[in-house]
Amino acid sequence: MRYLLVEDNDQLATAVVDRLSLDGHVVDRAGNLGTAEDFIATTEYDLILLDIMLPDGDGRHFLQSHRAARRDTPIIVLTARSEVSDRVGVLDLGADDYIVKPFDFSELEARCRAVLRRQSGGASNVHSFGDVVFDPLACTLTVHGRDIRLRNRELRLLEIFICAPEQVFSKSKLVDRLFSYDVDASENAIEVYVGRLRKHLEGAAVQIVTVRGLGYRLSQS
Amino acid sequence: MSGSIHLRGSIQRRLIVQLLTGAALLATLMFLVVQSYARDLAGQSQDEILAASVTAILDSAAVRNGDLTVDIPYFAFSMLGNISEDRVFYSITRNGDFLTGYPDLPKPTAATDTSPRFRTDSYDGESIRMVTATRRMSISGQPDFIEVTVAQTRYGLRQQLAGISRTVAGFGLGFFAIAALFGILAAQSAIQPLRQLAGSVSRRGLSDLRPVSAPVPAEMEVLVGALNGFMGRLKASLSRSEDLIAEAAHRVRTPLTTVRTQAEITLRRVDKPENRQAVREMIRAIDESSRAAGQLLDHAMVSFRSDHLEVEEVEICRLTRDAVSRVVPMADLRDIELDVTIPKAAIYVKGDAILLQSALLNLLDNAIKYSPPDSRVYVHVRAVETGVEITVQDNGAGFPKADMGRLTRRFVRGSNTETVVGSGLGLTIVNEVARAHGGQLFLSNRSEEGGACARLFFPLA
Repeated sequence: MRYLLVEDNDQLATAVVDRLSLDGHVVDRAGNLGTAEDFIATTEYDLILLDIMLPDGDGRHFLQSHRAARRDTPIIVLTARSEVSDRVGVLDLGADDYIVKPFDFSELEARCRAVLRRQSGGASNVHSFGDVVFDPLACTLTVHGRDIRLRNRELRLLEIFICAPEQVFSKSKLVDRLFSYDVDASENAIEVYVGRLRKHLEGAAVQIVTVRGLGYRLSQS
Repeated sequence: MSGSIHLRGSIQRRLIVQLLTGAALLATLMFLVVQSYARDLAGQSQDEILAASVTAILDSAAVRNGDLTVDIPYFAFSMLGNISEDRVFYSITRNGDFLTGYPDLPKPTAATDTSPRFRTDSYDGESIRMVTATRRMSISGQPDFIEVTVAQTRYGLRQQLAGISRTVAGFGLGFFAIAALFGILAAQSAIQPLRQLAGSVSRRGLSDLRPVSAPVPAEMEVLVGALNGFMGRLKASLSRSEDLIAEAAHRVRTPLTTVRTQAEITLRRVDKPENRQAVREMIRAIDESSRAAGQLLDHAMVSFRSDHLEVEEVEICRLTRDAVSRVVPMADLRDIELDVTIPKAAIYVKGDAILLQSALLNLLDNAIKYSPPDSRVYVHVRAVETGVEITVQDNGAGFPKADMGRLTRRFVRGSNTETVVGSGLGLTIVNEVARAHGGQLFLSNRSEEGGACARLFFPLA
C-alpha cells in the first residue's frame, strides 16, 4: 500500500514512516501542504495521513479542497487538538477517521487498516509466499485453495512474518508490534498466537520456525 | 436549597395585611358615620313631629268666655302614632300651674324664647324625647303663658336605628369583603412578576447563564440587573476555566507526542529486558497523562456544553453505529468482537449530538479496554416506553461492588483497574451527559456471564 504522510514534526514523521514501512507499506512524507499537493499530483495513494496544524496552512482546508475535487483517497487526520467538537468537525469535512496525538502506533495501524478495508472494493494487497496467499484487508489466508479467516492478532502476526520472510523476529519485538502496551503483553502470549498460525498453516509448504534463543521466522520448506 | 435560605416575613402577606387593615378601618368608619347620620336624621324627624304636635296643641288653645280652653286635636297625637307603637305623654301648664296631662312629666328647661325646646329624659323608667313650647296669650288683658310639653318614648327610633345599623353593618361587611378580595388580588398580582422571574430562573438548565431577557416591571430593574450581572460574571469565569483547561491539555499533549514517539523508537532499538521494561513503563506513563489531559478537556467540554445545552433532534441509532465504527479498530487490536444490535427504525432524542457521542464513545472505550482479549462486547440499542436505552456489556471483571456507587465521581476508578490506562473521568462524563439530557446511567454487573453492564437511558424527543 502506498501512504502519504503530511506531518511537519520530523520525529513523529520518521517514526510513523518507519513503523508503516515495517508492515510493508511505502510511505511518502510531505512536511507541508505545498509538498503534499505536489505528491498528490504525481502519485496515486491508497491512504493519506494528514496533520491539521501545518506550517503553510490548515490541514482542514486541504481536506476540504481534496473532497471538493472529488478525489476519494481516504484520509485519516492526525490531530493534537483533542476537543471532541474539533474531532467531529474533521469527519464532517470528509475525513475517514481521526487519531489524537500522541497516539499508539498500533492504533494508527489499526485505524489505517479499518479505513482501507472500508474503502477497498476489492483493490487487493495480496501477499503470496510459497503456496499460501494472504490478504490482510480481507483477513484471509488461502492454503491450497482453502480460505481461512484470521483473527486480528493472527493476521497482524502473519503480516509481520510475510512482509519479511526468513527474517528472525524476537519475541519481544513481536510483543511490541502485536500488543502495543497492553497489560496482557507477555512473551508467552506470543507463543499462543504463533501456535494458532501454525495450525492454520498445517499442510502448507510455509512454516513458522522457532529459532532457539532468538525467536521465530517464516520459511518455506 | 430552601433549607439554607433565611426567611423573614412575606411581601405578599404584608401587602394583604396592610390592605385588609385599611379596608377594615374604612368599613368601620363608614359604619360609624352612616349610623350617626341616620341617628341624627331619625331623631330630627321625631323632633319635627313632636314639634308639630306641640304646635297643633298650642294652636288649639283659645280664650273662650274669658277662660282658657285647650281642645287637643286628634291629629296632634295621631301623627305621633304614625311613627310606631310608642307611648305618648303630654302636659299643659298655665303660668307654671299644671292644667292637664301627666303631672309628673319631667319639668322642661326654662323658656328663653318661644321656639320649641327639645330635651331627652326618662319617664316611667323609659327614655323619652320631649318637646316643650310656650305660647303667650292674653286672657282678660293679663299675659298668660301656656306651656305644652309632648313627650314620646323612643322604641320606634331605636328599632329604626337598629334596622339602619344592621343594613349599614351589612354594607360595611360587604365593602370590607370586596376590598379584601381586591387587596388579595392586588397583592398577588404585585408579587406575580417576582414569581415569574423565580420560575424562569429555576426552570433553567444546570447553569444556563443567559441574561434574563423577559420584560420585568420597573421596580425589578435593579434585581434583574444584579442577577444578570452575576450570571455574566459566572459565565465569564466558567469559560475562562474552559479555555484554560483546553489550552493546558493542548500544551501537555503536544510535547507528549514527541516523547512518546521517541520512546517507541527507542524501544525498537533496545534489547535488554530491563531496559525494555523501563521504556514500556515510560510509554504507559505518557499514555496515562495524555489520556488524563484529553479526558480533562473532554470533561470540561461536557460540563460546558451541558450547561449551554444546544438541543437538536439526534438519531440515536445512527449515532451509535458511528460510535461503534469509530471503536472497531481498537476492538480489532485486541480481537474483541462487537456484537451490535440496533433497530432499523430511527429513534430520536433531543440533545447535543457531540455530547451524546462523547458519552457513547466513553462507554465503548471502557468496555473494550476492560475486556479480556478474544472476547465480545455487546452493544444494544432499544426503544423503551418512555425513551431509548443503550446497553454496553462486556466480559471483563465487572464493577467492584464496593465502588459501584462512586464510579461516576471525578477521578474515581474501580479498585480492579490498576493495569489499564485510564483517567477516572470516563463514567463521570457519561453520567453528566446523561443527566444533562434528563437521562440516567445505570451500572451493574452481568449476573450470569460476569462482566460489566452499563445502561444509558435517554427520554424520547
